Amino acid sequence: MTEAQAQPLQTLEKVVIRFAGDSGDGMQLTGDRFSLSSAMFGNDLVTVPDYPAEIRAPAGSLAGVSAFQIHISDHDILTPGDAPNVLVAMNPAALRANLPDMAAGSTLILNVDAFIDRNLAKAGYASNPLTDGALAGFTVYEVPMTSLTLEAAKPSGARSRESERAKNFFALGLLSWMYSRPTDVTIQWIEQRFGSKPEVKEANTLAFKAGCHFGETAELVGGPFEVKPTAFTSGTYANISGNTALAWGIVAAGALARLPVFLASYPITPASDILHELSKQQHFGVRTMQAEDEIAAVGAALGAAFGGHLGVTTTSGPGLDLKAETIGLAVSLELPLLIIDVQRGGPSTGLPTKTEQSDLLMAMFGRHGEAPLPVVACQTPGHCFHAAIEAVRIALKYRTPVILLSDGYLANSAEPWRLPEVAALPDLHVPFAAAPATTSPFLPYARDPVTLARPCAVPGTPGLAHRIGGLEKEDGTGDVSYDAANHELMVRTRAAKIAGIAEDIPLVEVDDPGDDAGVLVLGWGSTYGAAAAAVERLRRRGFKVAHAHLVHLNPFPPNLGDVVRRYGKVVVPEMNLGQLTRLVRAEFLVDARAVTKVQGQRFLYSEIEAAVVAVMDAAP
Amino acid sequence: MTTTTRKDWASDQDVRWCPGCGDYAVLAAVQSLMPELGLQRETTVFISGIGCSSRFPYYMNPYGVHSIHGRALAMATGLAVSRPDLDVWVVTGDGDGLSIGGNHLIHALRRNVNLTILLFNNQIYGLTKGQYSPTSEEGKVTKSTPFGSVDHPFNPISVALGAEATFVARTHDMDRAHMMEVFRRAHDHRGAGFVEIYQNCNVFNDGAFEKVTAREARGQMLIPLVHGQPVRFGAAGEKGVVVDNQGRARIVDVAAVGEGAVLVHDEARPEPGLAFLLSRLARGPYEPTPIGVFRAVERPDYGALVNRQVLQAHERRGPGDLAQLLSSATTWDVPAGTAPSRGPG
Repeated sequence: MTEAQAQPLQTLEKVVIRFAGDSGDGMQLTGDRFSLSSAMFGNDLVTVPDYPAEIRAPAGSLAGVSAFQIHISDHDILTPGDAPNVLVAMNPAALRANLPDMAAGSTLILNVDAFIDRNLAKAGYASNPLTDGALAGFTVYEVPMTSLTLEAAKPSGARSRESERAKNFFALGLLSWMYSRPTDVTIQWIEQRFGSKPEVKEANTLAFKAGCHFGETAELVGGPFEVKPTAFTSGTYANISGNTALAWGIVAAGALARLPVFLASYPITPASDILHELSKQQHFGVRTMQAEDEIAAVGAALGAAFGGHLGVTTTSGPGLDLKAETIGLAVSLELPLLIIDVQRGGPSTGLPTKTEQSDLLMAMFGRHGEAPLPVVACQTPGHCFHAAIEAVRIALKYRTPVILLSDGYLANSAEPWRLPEVAALPDLHVPFAAAPATTSPFLPYARDPVTLARPCAVPGTPGLAHRIGGLEKEDGTGDVSYDAANHELMVRTRAAKIAGIAEDIPLVEVDDPGDDAGVLVLGWGSTYGAAAAAVERLRRRGFKVAHAHLVHLNPFPPNLGDVVRRYGKVVVPEMNLGQLTRLVRAEFLVDARAVTKVQGQRFLYSEIEAAVVAVMDAAP
Repeated sequence: MTTTTRKDWASDQDVRWCPGCGDYAVLAAVQSLMPELGLQRETTVFISGIGCSSRFPYYMNPYGVHSIHGRALAMATGLAVSRPDLDVWVVTGDGDGLSIGGNHLIHALRRNVNLTILLFNNQIYGLTKGQYSPTSEEGKVTKSTPFGSVDHPFNPISVALGAEATFVARTHDMDRAHMMEVFRRAHDHRGAGFVEIYQNCNVFNDGAFEKVTAREARGQMLIPLVHGQPVRFGAAGEKGVVVDNQGRARIVDVAAVGEGAVLVHDEARPEPGLAFLLSRLARGPYEPTPIGVFRAVERPDYGALVNRQVLQAHERRGPGDLAQLLSSATTWDVPAGTAPSRGPG
């Protein structure tokens, strides 16, 4: 494809492409393949899918549109991009659903074969947008992808339905040519994937090549363009989604702690993929249980934790509601437990496939009684791996349940991730209490003077048999106690144990190159990428802006108070109505301002950029 | 292995059930049984939920967890699956196990988790001071039903059989020897051993089972189920159970139908149908009531199946290797070069 460059190669720093089609059009696969060839080529990239909520929405309908966005660049990037530069739409519904996100002047590559009356009607178009002027201001390329694919695939001998299905590979081929992607990666993949079905393999290969050739010879579409490789830190990379990174982080944490992992979960979007991935890892000694409900899941995980396994449960908001009582029991029993909440739009069933950060206050306070526990948040897909390890480290060392917050965006978004050196990962081993040498009574609630953690006395250990429960316990012995002073002591001790973890976590780092910014952008969770990009853009415009991001939400890093008080203005972007803002204001008595968005969609960097400018412009 | 005595199984905590409560008899039976079973304190765990009976673990001396209302079986399942070396017992009640925790009960039974489940049925909420329970009879007048309950009750044995439990038995708190024998069978059963214990609450529901469990009544009112034996009762075994041509279990005079017509109890029948018929024989503990083991069949227990898969994966793929896992996706290498530059996007 590259030997006959008739048209001059134009260089781009970055490009954002969105592939959109019907659920059955294979857009996720197309996006994945484009991502991998871009990654192998050496670009930095971030991807995000946009699935329909329905499993089988009617073909051609707006509800059935499935999209995949990829941002590739020659430099380090942090987000899947704001407005796409290019939209590939396989049918009218895909155009209609995605057009509002397209900036004026951007490029639309449309499968005109699909723009027939029936499909236009299904998409709700009263007239054909190709001819009624609705696309004025866009660069439109009309490509008969279906018919070209059918023609190209003829020699394969595949049935016409199978050949027609190969049109996503035609689109992939076309875009591969436009952006000078290596083609061998994709052709090899087709051969492996469809090796058992020679006709389908051939049809897909022919369609892919036809797409490339069409771009090169038809001169109908723009290009070719190139996006040069990014300068990466050296190492081995993989393209990884947040949910896979979480699952691998759990496996790693078990290995680093030398504990078998026991995961009990109930299926729930968008967390189920963690259960799926871990259920493949039995050879690590990982046991997974699909429980009868969310409560059983956290209960079984807690039972396994009592038995000395690494107990984990994964869920999303509605499931966290249900688990609350058992998490409170874990606080009282002081057993290590990892609860992962992949947040989605709420309240109630809300927006199951969409992202939000609105469970922070529930994670902090969503239990009856004084029931504090550590809260950790993931900030990028790759960071999910390290966040899982950090959450387990805290849980085991302090013998406490820990809530790890991810969200729907991180769950499905992917980016190149530099594989960590296994030897460089932390040792999480916490020894079990050994059988006592004397016959003196065992004190299950005796505490380590530094961590305030109680001993890990697992069943099977002679001499340590003891009873624990949800009733208030006497300090030391753990016996049931209704004593007033003892209850106050225990409440305050449990709180002090969690508060003390602040001394054992990293200080929050402030990115303030000139050390002279007047405004601090303080984020948490998945807003990291958009916030960092917004700060970078503001600096290029001459603004002095500092940026800090929290991984530990409870306790806060010990220097956070000093940091937020150092800046005149503190802006907190979050996908809720101001939950971290509320915590920061309450904790440090500063005038932190929330920048909020609750649309089930991630923040765009331009939104944060504009909001920060507005805050800077406002009177102090 | 150390030999233990009953005393070794009693904790130093004061037992705080009401004087005269049936729970004392169950506790004594269990504590007496432990040495006979040859169990060790360090490998035995009692897990309970919430309710009067759920205080049980505090009065025992092995490992124990007094969990939260209805969730003992959830915790016990996680423990039994992850630690098949332990003997895990669950103590629950009619409210804890059949109302708030009903879901966990049927799922633990269908999965056949290797647990011994003691369900204390006193047909009342005792700890909350006297509301009707899911096993209370219709019309029951309690604090929450001053004009009589209109709830149709569960029959715990029917529920367990409906969930395809592999071991289902009933005993009562007035007969320690019977309790010990049934508990022993439940414990020795591989999988979920479910025992309903008729247990008297002398404060809020006194005498609920008296019509069938009182010493002088038992001969006429309890129908002992003995594997391989005709189902007969009465002072001289003059009464028996037959299945009529309508598919119902009925009580008959043996003399009238002939000995050969009496149902022979087979606890090992693969189909739970006959056991279910027996569970429906009495509408409540005021009619002649079957007691003993309704069903005892073999089926692999859930934990064993889970752990077998783990073992097989280990044999097939070798021990997990973290570096290998991390590189199991498509990877690419970036050689040493210039440091990355942050861009605005």
